[in-house]
Amino acid sequence: MNAGPPLLEVTNVRKSFPKADGSELLVLEDVNLRLQSGQIVGLLGRSGSGKSTLLRLIAGLSECSAGEVQYLGKRVEGPALGISMVFQSFALFPWLTVFENVALGLEAQRVAKPEIRKRSLAAIDLIGLDGFESAYPRELSGGMRQRVGFARALVVQPNILLMDEPFSALDVLTAETMRTDFLDLWSDGRMPIQGVVLVTHNIEEAVLMCDRILVFGSNPGRVVSEITVTLPQPRDRLDPAFRDIVERLYVAMTARTDTGSAAARSSRLPGLGIGTELPHVSSNLLAGLMEAVAAAPFNGTADLPKIASDLHMDSDELFPVAETLQMMRFAELEGGDLKLTPEGIAFASAEVDERKKIFARHLLNYIPLAAHVRRVLDERTSHVARKSRFLDEIEDYMTDEAAENTLRTIVSWGRYAEAFAYDDEGEKFSLENPGESEG
Amino acid sequence: MKTPEPFGFVRDLATRWDLIAVVVIVGLIVWAGDASRGLLEPLSRLHESPLSLDPANLPFYAARTTLRMFLALGLSLVFTFTYATWAAKSNRAGKLLVPILDILQSVPILGFISITVVFFMSLVPGRVLGAEFAAIFAIFTSQAWNMAFSFYQSLRTVPAELTEAADSFHLTPWMRFWQLEVPFAMPALVWNMMMSMSGGWFFVVASESISVGHTTVALPGIGSYIALAIAQRDLTAICWAIGAMLVVILIYDQLLFRPLIAWVDRFKVEQEGTGQAPTSWALTMLRRSRLIAAFTLLFRSVLRWSSWALPHRRPRKARPRAREGRLDTLWLAVIGVLIVVASWHIGRVLIAGTSMAELRQVSWLALLTMTRVVVLIALASLVWVPIGVWVGLRPRATEIVQPIAQFLAAFPANLVFPLVVYLIVTGNLNPNWWLSPLMILGTQWYILFNVIAGASQMPGELRYAAENFQVGGWLWWRRVALPAVFPFYVTGAITASGGSWNAAIVAEIASWGTTQVKADGLGSYIAQATSAGDYHRIVLGISMMSLFVVLINRIFWRPLYYYAERKFRLT
Repeated sequence: MNAGPPLLEVTNVRKSFPKADGSELLVLEDVNLRLQSGQIVGLLGRSGSGKSTLLRLIAGLSECSAGEVQYLGKRVEGPALGISMVFQSFALFPWLTVFENVALGLEAQRVAKPEIRKRSLAAIDLIGLDGFESAYPRELSGGMRQRVGFARALVVQPNILLMDEPFSALDVLTAETMRTDFLDLWSDGRMPIQGVVLVTHNIEEAVLMCDRILVFGSNPGRVVSEITVTLPQPRDRLDPAFRDIVERLYVAMTARTDTGSAAARSSRLPGLGIGTELPHVSSNLLAGLMEAVAAAPFNGTADLPKIASDLHMDSDELFPVAETLQMMRFAELEGGDLKLTPEGIAFASAEVDERKKIFARHLLNYIPLAAHVRRVLDERTSHVARKSRFLDEIEDYMTDEAAENTLRTIVSWGRYAEAFAYDDEGEKFSLENPGESEG
Repeated sequence: MKTPEPFGFVRDLATRWDLIAVVVIVGLIVWAGDASRGLLEPLSRLHESPLSLDPANLPFYAARTTLRMFLALGLSLVFTFTYATWAAKSNRAGKLLVPILDILQSVPILGFISITVVFFMSLVPGRVLGAEFAAIFAIFTSQAWNMAFSFYQSLRTVPAELTEAADSFHLTPWMRFWQLEVPFAMPALVWNMMMSMSGGWFFVVASESISVGHTTVALPGIGSYIALAIAQRDLTAICWAIGAMLVVILIYDQLLFRPLIAWVDRFKVEQEGTGQAPTSWALTMLRRSRLIAAFTLLFRSVLRWSSWALPHRRPRKARPRAREGRLDTLWLAVIGVLIVVASWHIGRVLIAGTSMAELRQVSWLALLTMTRVVVLIALASLVWVPIGVWVGLRPRATEIVQPIAQFLAAFPANLVFPLVVYLIVTGNLNPNWWLSPLMILGTQWYILFNVIAGASQMPGELRYAAENFQVGGWLWWRRVALPAVFPFYVTGAITASGGSWNAAIVAEIASWGTTQVKADGLGSYIAQATSAGDYHRIVLGISMMSLFVVLINRIFWRPLYYYAERKFRLT
């Protein structure tokens, strides 16, 4: 596209974190990215796919384990002047006024005082905050706070702006306004920035804003596909070409490439080990989605973008539920469609007790960790097992936090299926409740 | 165009608040000068012009005491900003510094005085200043530890995104400290400073009227005034002292802590406003007055200038892992050597000066004191938990009771000696029983504080739900009120229990004139060893007390605290 050195070049970056037991947890593997002047590049992926980690590597807030990040041909070591960042939760200093928050970055660069004043006021003006200079962040609404975040990032006149899910903490309407305002400033060239890297899990946001979108897969995080968007700005969500790209992204994001082994990847209904990380999805959500897909107008097969907007669900909320249904063989995910299996349809039309039976059967058959817990409990004469026993086993495969969450999910599914009971205070699994309900 | 007002320039120059500010500031300067007179006089002057119980002297004494306390508070802040920062920033140093702080917190304040007084007196031989150093250091030891702990904990919990924002905008470590970390830690730190001041008052007699072996000094101040009043059996003087204390506490509460609390309210990171923001007339004065604004500007300029003048250093790059490992090993080795040397020294002192029989006796005394603490905390809980819940659910009552409880927490045990000694002597009561309540005199209020705080934070919906289902009587206490305040109660009880051990030293021996009543216990053992100047016994007693406090915290309070946090904290 453009000649000359790229603004930003990420080559073969790999990032791993040491775990408590001395082993390493791989978060990013072999990531490449090139940002040319005048581009907005989107990093799209599910939570846990390492896209925020990549952003922090680019910002110089953390160091690559291998590979390198180059800014204007120079290796990034520590926060670089010329790259600034907008945070998901705004990260404003509550004890500083809007003006002081904006001025802070300039003070750190030892800019002369009159200059600080001039530039800060200009940035505040640009981003539509004039009149709010002396307000404290707590007095502002979420949208106004994020505007301060933008003003603060722009005042240091960066070449690259990094945005970490900047609109995800805002309500839908405010987020839309902020996106439009940002794109207006961007296309008018009124901001000093030459390139943007945007992290998001919102598919439509990515298509609205980006020139190029990298789709991230998990375990370990890596780029699984790349889509170029050439639609002219401003883009229209209802434009068939726009819908088409959204559909392609849904397909790319649901392509099953993120389970452990190569064999599993090739299979449509993958086999899972006890080391599979389970998302925290309640049985209510699973049942709700199955009902919605079974009912009209879907009648058993739903287009993901369509059902996401029908149910007012973010793609990031929808995917874990859909994938869990697939894992439990209640549905199949393919080509951006969610198709219920006969068992899924049976579940959707069953009564409470029957549902629990179906759910228990699928849980014990298809979720190896659940089957494992049940087997251990059955084998013991006391029918009791400590939580830490299972935690230790699965911690070999994932972070300690993910292990905790996975076990929490197993507890909630097991309770719903009445497959086993769990005592939180004693941190013990047992067969108590099922025994009681039978007797 | 506006018509120019006559004397408009005066209005420009000074607002109404400026006038008040001038009075307050000049007053403070005069007070500080007045209070510090006599510091460089020879020590013998203290004996030539001994203290007098004439209430006319009280303002001067009060000023001296307060000045000492604020100097100590300043020292505590310096200690907090350095020690706690070091502990939080360096994992390696933290491994050693945090447990040390934990132990220091459990060492009774009198222990510090008795061991350090000779050292401080020798710094400025023959001058009052040396004794002042000792007194200020003693007060410092009653203030610094909890402040340092609170700061350490705040530093460890600075939100990651704020740190990242600071990094990505290239704040130097120095700027980051003053612009991010200190403001973030402020709310908790101010609260702990208030607690520390109360702690300082409780030991005001012990820290001013120093008597260790042959060293006897009575520095001018409220504490020495109380000590003299007790020695001379002057009940009127005791009342004057109580009055003076009340006035002093009221003044610094209004001039310092109210404004601080109102000011730090905006430092709280949770950004949604909760309830009514605290207010303070003194803060209003500070904000509206231009003189003060000029001072603030000056402070800011100094901060800016200092952060510019300091070298603009890039964040250090991480060292290779293997080297880190070697450094860790080296560090552990250094700690190991230190521990061996220290235990050899302690062992030598203890073994040379004490027998097994002594050790058995001290253990027995510690058990006695422990029993007292346990029983008293239980009793205080029975009394104050229901009252605290009742008060906490009524905002009006809370407003009235909170400051009173705060004052009572500062109330030195010595002030009730006359009453207690009179009752015990005339009623022929057993001091082993009846002296005990003195131990909890100042500390029970922490239970009340915290329970009130817990009850007032109970979500309204929970209370309505309970009413809706007609949950009442004992069931309401068991299922609603007690679980809701439990985590707060535990925090209060931990403070109360630790403080009671400390208070045992002033509470297990009470005197009124020449009449002295004594309870058997570790506190009276240490107090007696101190007045006899028996170094070995002091060390033995203090080690035993620290050991007990640390063990009880580890075995009982800490697990209970985590249990309460996990199970009952309403988020």
